[in-house]
Amino acid sequence: MEQKFAIKVDDLTVAYDYKPVLWDIDLAVPEGVLMAIVGPNGAGKSTLIKAVLGIIKPIAGSISIYDKPYKEQRKLVAYVPQKGSVDWDFPTTAIDVVMMGTYGSLGWIKRPGQKEKKAALEALEKVGMLPFKNRQISQLSGGQQQRVFLARALVQNASIYFMDEPFQGVDASTEIAIINILKELRKAGKTLVVVHHDLQTVPEYFDWVTFLNVKKIAAGPVKEIFNDDNLTKTYGINYKVAINK
Amino acid sequence: MTNPQIEIQLIGVVVAMACAIPGVFLVLRKMSLISDAISHSILPGIVIGFFITQDLNSPLLILLAALTGVITVVLVEVIQKTGLVKEDTAIGLVFPSLFSIGVILIAKNANDVHLDVDAVLLGELAFAPFDRLFISGMDMGPKSLWVMGIILIITILLLFLFFKELKVSTFDKGLSAALGFSPFVMHYGLMSVSSITVVGAFDAVGAILVVAFMIAPAATAYLLTANLKKMLLLSILFGAFSAISGYWLAHILDASISGSMTTVLGLLFFGVYLFAPNKGLLSVLYRQKQQRTEVSLITFLLHLNNHSEENERHINHLNEHINWQKVRSKTVVDLALKNNMISISNNIVSLTEKGKEFTNLALKYIMTNKDEKIEYMKDDFFLFRG
Repeated sequence: MEQKFAIKVDDLTVAYDYKPVLWDIDLAVPEGVLMAIVGPNGAGKSTLIKAVLGIIKPIAGSISIYDKPYKEQRKLVAYVPQKGSVDWDFPTTAIDVVMMGTYGSLGWIKRPGQKEKKAALEALEKVGMLPFKNRQISQLSGGQQQRVFLARALVQNASIYFMDEPFQGVDASTEIAIINILKELRKAGKTLVVVHHDLQTVPEYFDWVTFLNVKKIAAGPVKEIFNDDNLTKTYGINYKVAINK
Repeated sequence: MTNPQIEIQLIGVVVAMACAIPGVFLVLRKMSLISDAISHSILPGIVIGFFITQDLNSPLLILLAALTGVITVVLVEVIQKTGLVKEDTAIGLVFPSLFSIGVILIAKNANDVHLDVDAVLLGELAFAPFDRLFISGMDMGPKSLWVMGIILIITILLLFLFFKELKVSTFDKGLSAALGFSPFVMHYGLMSVSSITVVGAFDAVGAILVVAFMIAPAATAYLLTANLKKMLLLSILFGAFSAISGYWLAHILDASISGSMTTVLGLLFFGVYLFAPNKGLLSVLYRQKQQRTEVSLITFLLHLNNHSEENERHINHLNEHINWQKVRSKTVVDLALKNNMISISNNIVSLTEKGKEFTNLALKYIMTNKDEKIEYMKDDFFLFRG
């Protein structure tokens, strides 16, 4: 059986000021997996996502989403940036942030209307944030802010979701709520790519994993490749003790 | 009011409104200083444009000068990208250099150019009504009113068309790029509009004060609202209000018009900074005091909760024991009494049922550290209400 790939990355190299952050990455993400990208700080995890989404220009290589360049497939893709990448003091409300997820399908100039508002309310409901819809975003806790970001991605109604550390700085109940939504999305046939830090939870949360440290170390099903050998290669220290179940 | 008086106020209002709109986005993008840089470095553009056109209000001059403004932004970014200096240093390097080129150009040609450094820095609104636009012999009003009016209309039009794009690219650059709204295009679009506005306004209010017109209304509005549309509206209102009241202040003081307008802008910000409902200084101080009392109350109730022995709950003993000054103890005891959380008999304080319930909830709040809980508690227990 031939596998369908949601994302294909070929020979991708990204550099900041001529210093390579990602080196010659080949990666094929099968459709319908919930994939973690793991690696130490500075491994280029966020950069990989940003390059796929065209936010950063690579110096070499090509990227395709369902066999076409990202530019033609924007509407199939949703993105949750790192929570810390935006200014939460920005004068806006939770529902307004979620509505931003609809801007992509609207295109330039056209404004969101009732349909978009309804979609935003549904997404807020799904992440349990409906009671806070009119709250100013600076008045939300870290976990609530992350839920709003997730709702914004849900409203994009995409096939592929990219998430940059969605569990960073959230409490346990929010983490469970988020992972349940991610698992639900995978059940619905969506592909999810998640930058993840907590190695302990990888086997429990994900079914696919990519080890990254400037170069790709390994990628594949968690059951097959999530082992001490790959962890040691990625992090450069012996992980036998850390992940001893 | 005489005709020129009305015209001056009108120009002031239009300038203030046109500056306030890009100003809001500059403030939100933490780029306030860029407006300062642009306003100075357009000088060489204006001088060269003036050599060519001999008219301060010519569209060609405005575009030429605005181009210098955009070049400033590019230069700042280029220097910053070297990684050798930070953004503020890059700004500090670029605009004085460009500005000084303008100053030299003016000085070298002082004899045949009707442009002096004072007017460039401070503007002269009082003279604006004398430079009039004639179309086939008909007096159409002051030229600068037309120039700024057109700039204002274009700015408002662009704001209406690209409001959502401006918002998303200001709030979340990454998402904006992923959605296909190039942050690069939005950034340079905003920089171009800001440059054109500054060039148009500088004739009236000068290179230094135009910065105040861009930043102060936005900064003031930011303290008052958590809604971008309201922030824009308030900024425009504050700008217009300062322009008119500034004019009359100048009239009374017999002082510089643009200087007076800026003074009003500063006073307005100061007033709002003190009295704004949520972010204002007084409101913050009041809230902090309330929180202190809140914490004291919970400490006091917990102490009562932890000690059943009477000697620990004697009213005089409490004073020494919790180590508070008399006034504070009295405030706390009064608050607890008012809310029926304690009862006092024979100078022995005991918790009421309500007090016990509140203390238990407060304990839970402290253990789970959930902010929202205490808000409901305050509603339930009428604390700090009425």
